[in-house]
Amino acid sequence: MNRIKQKLQEDKKILSIYFTAGYPALNDTAKIIQDLEKSGVDLIEIGLPFSDPLADGPTIQASSTAALKNGMTTTLLFEHLKDIRKTVSIPLILMGYFNPVLQYGVEAFCQKCEEIGIDGLILPDLPLDVYQDEYESIFKKHGLINVFLITPQTSDARINAIDEASEGFIYMVSSASTTGAKEGFGPEQSAYFERIASMDLKNPQIVGFGISNAQTFQQATSKTKGAIIGSAFIKHLTQNGVDGIDAFVGQIR
Amino acid sequence: MSYHANERGYYGEFGGAFIPEMLYPNCEELRQNYLKIMAEPSFQEEFHQLLKDYVGRPTPLYFAERLSKKYNTKIYLKREDLCHTGAHKVNNTIGQILMAKRLGKHRIIAETGAGQHGVATATVCALMGIECVVYMGEIDIARQAPNVARMKMLGAEVRPATSGSKTLKDATNEAIRDWINNPVDTHYIIGSVVGPHPYPDMVARFQSVISEEVKSQLLEKEGRENPDFVVACVGGGSNAAGAFYHFLDTPEVGIIAVEAAGKGIHSGESAATSALGKVGIIHGSKTLLMQTPDGQITEPYSISAGLDYPGVGPLHAHLYTSGRGEFISITDDEAMKAGLDLCKLEGIIPAIESSHALAIFKDRKFKENDVVVVNLSGRGDKDLQNYIDYFKL
Repeated sequence: MNRIKQKLQEDKKILSIYFTAGYPALNDTAKIIQDLEKSGVDLIEIGLPFSDPLADGPTIQASSTAALKNGMTTTLLFEHLKDIRKTVSIPLILMGYFNPVLQYGVEAFCQKCEEIGIDGLILPDLPLDVYQDEYESIFKKHGLINVFLITPQTSDARINAIDEASEGFIYMVSSASTTGAKEGFGPEQSAYFERIASMDLKNPQIVGFGISNAQTFQQATSKTKGAIIGSAFIKHLTQNGVDGIDAFVGQIR
Repeated sequence: MSYHANERGYYGEFGGAFIPEMLYPNCEELRQNYLKIMAEPSFQEEFHQLLKDYVGRPTPLYFAERLSKKYNTKIYLKREDLCHTGAHKVNNTIGQILMAKRLGKHRIIAETGAGQHGVATATVCALMGIECVVYMGEIDIARQAPNVARMKMLGAEVRPATSGSKTLKDATNEAIRDWINNPVDTHYIIGSVVGPHPYPDMVARFQSVISEEVKSQLLEKEGRENPDFVVACVGGGSNAAGAFYHFLDTPEVGIIAVEAAGKGIHSGESAATSALGKVGIIHGSKTLLMQTPDGQITEPYSISAGLDYPGVGPLHAHLYTSGRGEFISITDDEAMKAGLDLCKLEGIIPAIESSHALAIFKDRKFKENDVVVVNLSGRGDKDLQNYIDYFKL
């Protein structure tokens, strides 16, 4: 069984951490993954850096630019990850923009992910209809779960369509924003969390955007299966390098 | 076969809406309404009234006699340089501001490279009394000071894009991010036939007034609606889309798109996307774009700030790959010389973008009786410093 699905069956709130591959230093990727697993994180999203990350705020943009400057490429990331399954068993997701995947070749990319032991992909700018028309069969052939996003503006009809097309979890963007733009939650988010919870979707939801500490993690997961921390962890890496990952995770829960 | 967008915004394999879910409601609202709103008689009336009284349309179709004699063919210039604000850009911003009003939006955002689209957007926002924020690359702000000043005088806020390469593509990224953060009250006025569906089609329709006028003007002057060739420069490609629009499905009209070769196609400093680009995704559209083998978008170069976009609108990508359009690339030097040539022969100082279109006549020969319409997309006032530096005036 796919590691993501297996993890989602556990009776616990999921903590997922995002980081950008090749940041802070080019060769940090494997160590960050290993330390995150040791620290008790449930799921890891490895960011494939892109020159024009238009859904991201300044923190993740800067980490992407730095990673590319460090020399990170898709090919090199696969090289860095080729033995990762010898040391970790945590579910791994690659997250990035569609263009680098398209240039690598979608089939070749998925093939490589399967060889390495990647469990899923998040490609925010690969739209639902294009995925279903052109790529779903390729993803499935290589055992990859494709994760879709919803936002507070997403209509109920579209949420249902996305739920139907999903088979792992739904990435629930907490507010109308780019990553790292807003911290914490207000009444608008509470209403949104309530609304989604009442829809009785077949897939569990994991909340992203705006989670940075124990308080926001608890708020985000009170009605959902889990939460994702991205920008706050990138800030930690910027300040501390790869040291103290266990302390960072420890203060979340 | 049609060269127009289908209902999903595809031109052949190009176009579509490759956008994150955060942008889906924004684009979907526009997609569901743009054709309906544009078809409303009150919209058409207001649009054409403003084009006439405010922009100064129709722009003349001018027979360039001395230029024609020099190249032994019949060259007509479509004088978009005479539009208010100095270029064709305002045709689109007038259309989009009326669209934004009908969609109930209270705030406008735009991206700009050299500042022409920023000025055209700030202008219509002033006209309508709507808040305006223009994103502009930090590097472009430094090198386009007069246009920054114009936008400020017109009441717009100019926000520097400090990410990535700090130029047009990054200003576009910042505008898109703003739209993600302000999905309800804000309309994004994209300046070219780029971006996710429905933008390429919507902008092309607003610019199509150019070829609509050419048809009736040519009928008057030559007794026929269709020229043998229509020529336009292409960065993102909005003036070209407008000039080609009503001839796209008329195969007897030759379509010539002129790209900026910069210092030479293979010099490493070029913006000739058709020659150097590969299929990819930029700003929500599948099209030809300049990128590394790894899929990172690269920074183009041209002496003309309006042509240095790393992609090209999906319509033009389709015209190129289908063979419907003839694509020619022109270097900085060729364009500058052709620009000066027009000054001396016709008393018209063209924008450097438009000079690229004029530069094709040196090597691309036409028959004596061919009617060739060149879209003179903008005037050269904004480029004076470039002309001064280049020709040591």
